[in-house]
Amino acid sequence: MSTSALNLFGRKVFLILLFAFSFLCVSISFDGSRNISFAAETAITEPVQGSSVTGDSVKQANPPAPKLKAQDYPKIKGVNGRVAVWLAAQMHLWFAAFVLAVPIFVFIIEAIGMATKDKRYDEMAYEFIRVSLTAYSITAVTGGLLLLSLIVFYPDLMKYLSSIFGPTMLLYALFFFVESAALYIYYYGWHSMDKGYKKWAHLGVGLLLNGAGTTLMFIANAWVTFMMSPAGVDIAGSFDGNIWHAVHNHLWNPMNLHRFIANIAYGGSIVGAYAAYKFLSARTMEQRAHYDWMGYTANLIAIGALLPLPFAGYWLTAEIYAYSQQMGITLMGGVFAWLFIIQAVLIGALFLAANYYLWCGLERSEGGQRYTKYIKYIAFVIMVCFLIWFTPHSLILKPYEAKALGGQYHPYLGPLGIMPAKNTAVNIMLLFTFLSFLLYRRANKIAAVSWAKYGNAAQGAIFTAAIVNIIYLGVYYGYFTNTVYKVASSVPQVMSTLAVIILCSVIDFFMFSGAKEASPHRWGRMPDRSQYALFLIAVSFTWLMGLMGFVRSAIRQHWHVYSVMRDTSPDAYTPTIGYAANVVSVGTIIFMAIVIFIFWLSQMSTENKYGAADE
Amino acid sequence: MKMPKIIQFIVLSLLAYLFFKAPGFLLGKPIPESLIFMYMFFVVITILLVMTSTEKGTKELFSPIRALVEDPSKRLIRNVVFAVLPLIAIYFTYNAVKPSLEPPVELRATHPAPPATIKAYDKTFDLATLENPYRRLEKEDPAQFRQFVGEGGVIYFRNCFYCHGDKLDGKGHYAQGLNPLPLPFQGKDTIAQLQESYVFWRVVKGGPGLPKEGSPAISSMPAWENMLTEDEVWKAILFIYDYTGNVPRSWGKK
Repeated sequence: MSTSALNLFGRKVFLILLFAFSFLCVSISFDGSRNISFAAETAITEPVQGSSVTGDSVKQANPPAPKLKAQDYPKIKGVNGRVAVWLAAQMHLWFAAFVLAVPIFVFIIEAIGMATKDKRYDEMAYEFIRVSLTAYSITAVTGGLLLLSLIVFYPDLMKYLSSIFGPTMLLYALFFFVESAALYIYYYGWHSMDKGYKKWAHLGVGLLLNGAGTTLMFIANAWVTFMMSPAGVDIAGSFDGNIWHAVHNHLWNPMNLHRFIANIAYGGSIVGAYAAYKFLSARTMEQRAHYDWMGYTANLIAIGALLPLPFAGYWLTAEIYAYSQQMGITLMGGVFAWLFIIQAVLIGALFLAANYYLWCGLERSEGGQRYTKYIKYIAFVIMVCFLIWFTPHSLILKPYEAKALGGQYHPYLGPLGIMPAKNTAVNIMLLFTFLSFLLYRRANKIAAVSWAKYGNAAQGAIFTAAIVNIIYLGVYYGYFTNTVYKVASSVPQVMSTLAVIILCSVIDFFMFSGAKEASPHRWGRMPDRSQYALFLIAVSFTWLMGLMGFVRSAIRQHWHVYSVMRDTSPDAYTPTIGYAANVVSVGTIIFMAIVIFIFWLSQMSTENKYGAADE
Repeated sequence: MKMPKIIQFIVLSLLAYLFFKAPGFLLGKPIPESLIFMYMFFVVITILLVMTSTEKGTKELFSPIRALVEDPSKRLIRNVVFAVLPLIAIYFTYNAVKPSLEPPVELRATHPAPPATIKAYDKTFDLATLENPYRRLEKEDPAQFRQFVGEGGVIYFRNCFYCHGDKLDGKGHYAQGLNPLPLPFQGKDTIAQLQESYVFWRVVKGGPGLPKEGSPAISSMPAWENMLTEDEVWKAILFIYDYTGNVPRSWGKK
């Protein structure tokens, strides 16, 4: 290991120790204060009953959530506490999502490399993890920043949360150590553990790294979801003593699933942007080919994870609605409804960009030109679905329009504004994105099997049947039955989409096994403009996460812990949508600037290698 | 003769614009300008993406623009275009910023979020668990249920139809005098989206009982708790769902 690598390693270890130490200090101090307050409470409310303290007496002794006053929130002149915490939390979440996701697909790519014995996979996996390593340090820094800003601006909230979640905070710190150790062994041991049983051990370290990272996210999700759907506490906020009740609250599992899938999509998009950056700055055709392939793979991962994401999001939203009608209506029908329209626009833009990238990719091979004539039809369907996807229910109307329509809803567009239309549109949009992928996949191939004609017919029939089924479910159950069936019908819609993806992939796999090559597949033969689609995907993801993260948090309105601990600070109001969008947009710009800085650092570290290669 | 790509682009964009304008021109039900702007933005983007998805298409699309800028023989038309383009920009800018007598666009939350509990009729109602006490009769005692729906109809036509209309379409005699207009109950995208507890809250508390959170939310509805009994409100709610063929939102199979 070189001296510079050791220095870098040392700096990172120092940062991690600093972060973990601050966490431990906070957890321990809060734990101590909890014991003191328990004792005080017991002394006031409970007669001492000998020395045997039963579970019940502890349960009764747990204090309620504090009722705060405006002066309980420390102020620092010139710093808005809420915005400081907001930005720190958002920065931490973006980096954390990235560094949790990359090891997941690095692990998978390494395993594919081992199975296929293709060194390209191994090299790409190594490059992916190198990109995430710098981001890992920044994740720790932003995590420390978030923690410190919470302690400074919201000490009583942190005290209350740690009085319930103290043990999980210690567990968090422990898993942070495990993750850090696993990451550094995984990265620095890549080349020394690349053969025989050592390679298997290396893969095992990757598994440990992913296990620790995912556990960390699940622990943090418990704290966040407790604030939205508190469990294990009574109406006054007194903890019942069973930490599992608080962790396993109503929204914990939906949030775990949504974030897990979203992280993979997000990680793929950021690495895709990295590949695009490197592609555009490539000096040789070899580099161009390498980063084209890398961008394609990263994009495939991002879009592959994006396909099930709307369904995970729908589940989370349905559970929020089921938990609290108030939170549900605030989320999608009330003040935040227009942020959902922005969300729909950004998600539609993501799909368009992903399809555009695939369409441009058809020109990597001469054989792809057979399929370019279908692009306009696919684009038309995706565009129509997209327009339905973002059509709002409550419209922004000029007075003459309101007069002509006679109300807030449009007589023809109104039905497109509710979820059955959206679910139908997004499923069809997903299917046609998958169709773009299928066409791309067979661009340079000619099926050699005798049953190819029937295989194509079967795929066409499966697509048609699924689309008819999705439209029927959406229209009939969405508009002609009651809401129980309306929500429930989204599940068979999703199943139809997934069935198409699985069945057509299987048929395609067998149909093109041993296929003839129509023409060589030339990596690197992509127009520069296609790379901007990769940038767009990464920026859209980042912006989306910020906006929707704000909405998820803000539906608690004036509660720190919904219906249990009230926010009485001067900032306990819902900011306007414009203000919130500005804060998130500034955060997105800062984040992207840091990400570009990381790419630049990565460029510096590889410059010599490529410079030598050029000469 | 094949139409040049740039002309195709302009024609397709214009056709899309006319399609979105058609409901306003032909049926008197315009798609709002705010929405047409969003629609057109993405239609134009999609057309551009399709046309630039191949190298050949990209060259065909942009070659007239390139020729206009670079070709010495197109000097006259270049000068005309360069003079006209800023004028078009000036025209749109002027129209966008000139003072207007038109009132500003009104933004409001049509469905404000309900509070967790409300106080009415000397009771506290928990809106998360509140149910229409007569709803169960739909299966348990259909004859009794029909009778209550009928009573609800009488209550509706004595109190509500002046604004919400005899067809429950929001077009009652007094509707045009109100701002905001009374909501229709017809269609699958109105009360079918709401739980009965929500409708109960809106009827009982009306405009004066709108929450402070999630504003701006305005309503012309009076607070009916001062004029109708709890029983009458539930029966009127039965009627409006029954008459429109809607089923209240619920989260379990009843």
